[in-house]
Amino acid sequence: MRGALTVYRKEISDYFSSKVFIILLALIYIAGLGFAYLSIQAIKSAPLSSDQSLLIKVFIDELFFLKLFTVGEIRALMTFNFVRFFGAFIPLIGILFGFNSINSERNSGNISRIISQPIYRDSLINGKFLAGITTLSLMISSIVFIVMGIGLRTIGVPPTSEEILRIFIFIFICIIYGTFWMSLSMLFSVLMKNVAASILTAIPIWLFLTFFWPFIAPQITDQIIPVEAGATLATQLSNISLSVDLLRISPFILFYEATAAIVDPTLGHFALRVTESDLSKLIARPLSLSQSFLQVWPQMVVLIMLAFICFAISYIVFMKQEIRST
Amino acid sequence: MNNNNNEPIIVAENLTKQYGGTTVVNNLNLKIKKGEIFGLLGPNGAGKSTIILMMLGLTEPSSGSIRVAGFNSTKEPIKVKRVTGYLPERLGFYEDLTARQNLKYTAELNSIAQKDIESKIGEALEIVGLEKNKNQPVNTFSKGMKKRLGIADVLIKDPQLAILDEPTEGLDIKIANQILDNIQILNNAKNITFMISSHQLNLIQKICTSIGIMSKGKLIGEGKIDNMGRGLFSEGRYIIEIELSNVNPEIIQKVRTIKSVVNVESNDNILEITSDEDIRSQLSRVILENNMLITKMNIKDSSLEEIYLKYFKEE
Repeated sequence: MRGALTVYRKEISDYFSSKVFIILLALIYIAGLGFAYLSIQAIKSAPLSSDQSLLIKVFIDELFFLKLFTVGEIRALMTFNFVRFFGAFIPLIGILFGFNSINSERNSGNISRIISQPIYRDSLINGKFLAGITTLSLMISSIVFIVMGIGLRTIGVPPTSEEILRIFIFIFICIIYGTFWMSLSMLFSVLMKNVAASILTAIPIWLFLTFFWPFIAPQITDQIIPVEAGATLATQLSNISLSVDLLRISPFILFYEATAAIVDPTLGHFALRVTESDLSKLIARPLSLSQSFLQVWPQMVVLIMLAFICFAISYIVFMKQEIRST
Repeated sequence: MNNNNNEPIIVAENLTKQYGGTTVVNNLNLKIKKGEIFGLLGPNGAGKSTIILMMLGLTEPSSGSIRVAGFNSTKEPIKVKRVTGYLPERLGFYEDLTARQNLKYTAELNSIAQKDIESKIGEALEIVGLEKNKNQPVNTFSKGMKKRLGIADVLIKDPQLAILDEPTEGLDIKIANQILDNIQILNNAKNITFMISSHQLNLIQKICTSIGIMSKGKLIGEGKIDNMGRGLFSEGRYIIEIELSNVNPEIIQKVRTIKSVVNVESNDNILEITSDEDIRSQLSRVILENNMLITKMNIKDSSLEEIYLKYFKEE
């Protein structure tokens, strides 16, 4: 474990001094602050138009503070808000953190020097993995906390304890999501000798699952279960449920469902499984924290499993790979 | 440090390694004594690097065993790596980090106490002559400087055994010689056993106390260089080459009668005499008695290159 700790410390210091890290951090801060500004504007302007004072709005809206992360601009039929932005941007951070972790060590010739030191071979991959998660966590939580701080100053409404808990769960989901993408690109860095090949494999997969799959999945569904005019309700329902199942192949959808139920539980999300007793509450008021958590549990477990599986494969392949001198 | 130089530090027994059907190392038996500079020589692909990887426990042997400093490399690789320094053939450093930072990382991976790290780095860099470049990033280093840094990297852990894979490859003679000098000094001053794998015979020969020659996964010759030359060339015999002013059958006949001469071959004015002993003095007497002039005489040198060529011609 000592070896992994040394690798971990070195990797952390590498991250914090690397240009990629600084650029990503700058981008995520700029974008995060931009979205915070948008939502603050939207929140501030809302009471004026609807003749309600901010105070009344707070009482009606139980999860007012979370609006910081979910209110945004609607442009071209897409909502742009903080959560959406995270859903799109976190994978990129994960990929950039992982894509060269092992093959660059191999290409630079460092690997044989490092693993001939008195450490176990897995120390290298473990230390790198943990350092990646740590850096990812710091990036994500720092921007969320900054937005919270700004929100507190500008709106002047403190978050309730429930909201704080929800935000922590949100951060946790973001970290899991980033970890999945990092372990996926780490897997490519183990499998592929070429650094360019591993990033050029990871990025199209990210693009496909995030941006194209949500359009393709319904098309596939319509081919399998066509819904024509006058179709029965049963057909329509089975069409929708198949479409949802297909959509969930994409980790982006899993992330979206999970975060939506946590930070934006008032919306009727297409994939929520609502029990009878919840149905009445759903319309009037947001899901309770425990209910929200129950809703996202499967998504979270799947994301954790995906991250774990990718890391496990990387680990096994890395341990079995022959270390050749050339 | 153990000064008992008769104890072997490396013992390989029936060591075999196969990669998907091809045998890279074939039933190798090898003992290297403490305090030696052992040259493991052979062309590329002879299996030298694979032996080294097995020594360090980075690759598992298909059968047989290898022990380094008393530890089984396959079962106790950490203990082996604690006392063994390794300079890989394709040596790499973290280019953005300075020489000092790179060595510090190695020191930390070796669990060297924080308070000792800086002094050890300074000492190691001084030995290889890089103390002025201590705070320079490695990407400013030349190839030779990197190799020297590699040796400093090996020294950080105070090894009993240093394994250097192609330490002089791609370097110009001057720098290669500097590195070899360093090795010799370290061998004497710190009693570090060296094992040097190389295909550059002339260079390595100068500093090796004994050598092993590898070909196609087999160790085909092992021992002191002098003994080895005779052993390999002529079944333990001496070959004397002598150039005369003129050669006639009479003199050849006379030479043949000298005791312990096995064979005489003539080629123009040159005689090549094979004998069981060094008979140069008798030989010159015989020739002078026949009023002939010796223009040149030498015992065919068992230079490593010749040994090496000999072996690879036989393949």
